[in-house]
Amino acid sequence: MSVETTKFRSRVRTLTDGAVTGLSILATLLVVAPLIAIFTYLIYKGASSLNLAFFTQIPKPVGESGGGMANAILGSGILLGIASVIGVPIGIGGGIYLAEFGRGTKLANAVRFTADVLNGVPSIVMGLAAYALIVNPQKHFSALSGGVALAIMMIPTVCRTTEEMLLMVPHVVREAALGLGVPNWRSVLSITVKTASPGIITGCMLAFARVAGETAPLIFTALGNQFWSVSLNQPIAALPLQIYVYALSPYDDWHRLAWAGSLVLIILIVAAVSLVRFVTSRGVLKGAS
Amino acid sequence: MGVGIEVTNLNAWYGTNHSLQDINLNMPGNHATALIGPSGCGKSTFVRCLNRMHETNPIARVTGSVRIGDLDIYNDCKPVEVRRRVGMVFQRPNPFPTMSIYDNVAAGLKLNGYNNRRELDEIVERSLKNSALWDEVKDDLKKKSGASLSGGQQQRLCIARALAVDPEVLLMDEPASALDPVSTSKIEDLIFQLKSQYTIVIVTHNMQQAARVAEKTGFFLNGRMVEFDSTHKIFTNPSDKRTEDYITGRFG
Repeated sequence: MSVETTKFRSRVRTLTDGAVTGLSILATLLVVAPLIAIFTYLIYKGASSLNLAFFTQIPKPVGESGGGMANAILGSGILLGIASVIGVPIGIGGGIYLAEFGRGTKLANAVRFTADVLNGVPSIVMGLAAYALIVNPQKHFSALSGGVALAIMMIPTVCRTTEEMLLMVPHVVREAALGLGVPNWRSVLSITVKTASPGIITGCMLAFARVAGETAPLIFTALGNQFWSVSLNQPIAALPLQIYVYALSPYDDWHRLAWAGSLVLIILIVAAVSLVRFVTSRGVLKGAS
Repeated sequence: MGVGIEVTNLNAWYGTNHSLQDINLNMPGNHATALIGPSGCGKSTFVRCLNRMHETNPIARVTGSVRIGDLDIYNDCKPVEVRRRVGMVFQRPNPFPTMSIYDNVAAGLKLNGYNNRRELDEIVERSLKNSALWDEVKDDLKKKSGASLSGGQQQRLCIARALAVDPEVLLMDEPASALDPVSTSKIEDLIFQLKSQYTIVIVTHNMQQAARVAEKTGFFLNGRMVEFDSTHKIFTNPSDKRTEDYITGRFG
């Protein structure tokens, strides 16, 4: 081969390399762009209405200016608390079963299929389910029913990510534990789950963030509330619900509050996810892969 | 102290594949026994039958009897108890990735509910000394993760982890096949020392290694044990033609 062709080929290779690198950078930017755009727009629209009153006061009646969404922030916290307390243990437990105990069984295949279907069910249907299960027998809307609706939405995501994370733990690690005479259940809980825990926690946070912004399943379960309420048995306010109601209202004042509420909702989700990541990453040893 | 192992009419299956056929042999206590043979001949399956790890595969099945010391491991006790008496070192180093060096060694005891801090400290130190790793890691026992060590160090860590539960028998399934020559020779020296306290069964593809560390050697072929004798005899004057063909490199 002549020197000329070698040079030419080398140049083509360099160009191709540059083009592919450029394309992937472009793709990355396109992924990040919507997030940045949404965040900037929310700050632009919402930041001006954010003040102390927004976090400390409950909504004022129509016509009075000011007021805040303190009850909705608290309500969202309570609803997400209920959802996590119910959804995370069930989801993780199910994922452990699928990956460790039920591998290859008919029950596991059925559970996996159900979880996948459940993952695709529209959120408003989850609300209907909670309505039928809890609101209808009780004859009133409640925080509990809203939390359950959100929990049902969390379960499939948590369950499937837990399963996938556990399956990524190398088989040799399980064998090491069993070879030491550790009972299987102990090996699963103390070795496999612990090894997979960063991924499992990420799955839980994804599920959490997803339901944090849900409005549809709360419309006929938690219903919303203009006043302070922390009772699990009463209708409760939630940020997404409040934003929905305010955004559809004809009042400019409420529109501004809706923008502020959206901004707060996103900030709270980012803060919660970062906090959990920070806390859980500290226990893990440095240098562990 | 190491105890003898007596295997009688051992048969093992994976599904319908009859992977071990009528194995009979006696391995003396406090000695190293090497098992050689081509890939897929059943050596690994055989050692996994000695601590009932075989059964962790749901399609596996075993018949026959294995006595370790005075214990019939298939009839007298549960797999978990067998594995506490029969430690195992695997082909690829497999430290627990999320645990420190200390916790890796202490894992077998801790996970079985043993929690005396002072005694754990002593056992960890003794096990790491026995596996010739102590001097290299004593300063960052709790600071470094087991996964941060080099491959050879990880394998010695796994040996320490197996020794910490104080087994009578140590099974080693190609313990040096993933290591460089320097680490390999360290592991071999170690096996030499450990023989005084434990009965060692080592699977190896490296015939020089078998000749260096073991008093007895068994040759496996197609799920059967062709010949079992003193290492010297196997490598200098085997009785079976197939053994001779294998060790002279005519196949396998």
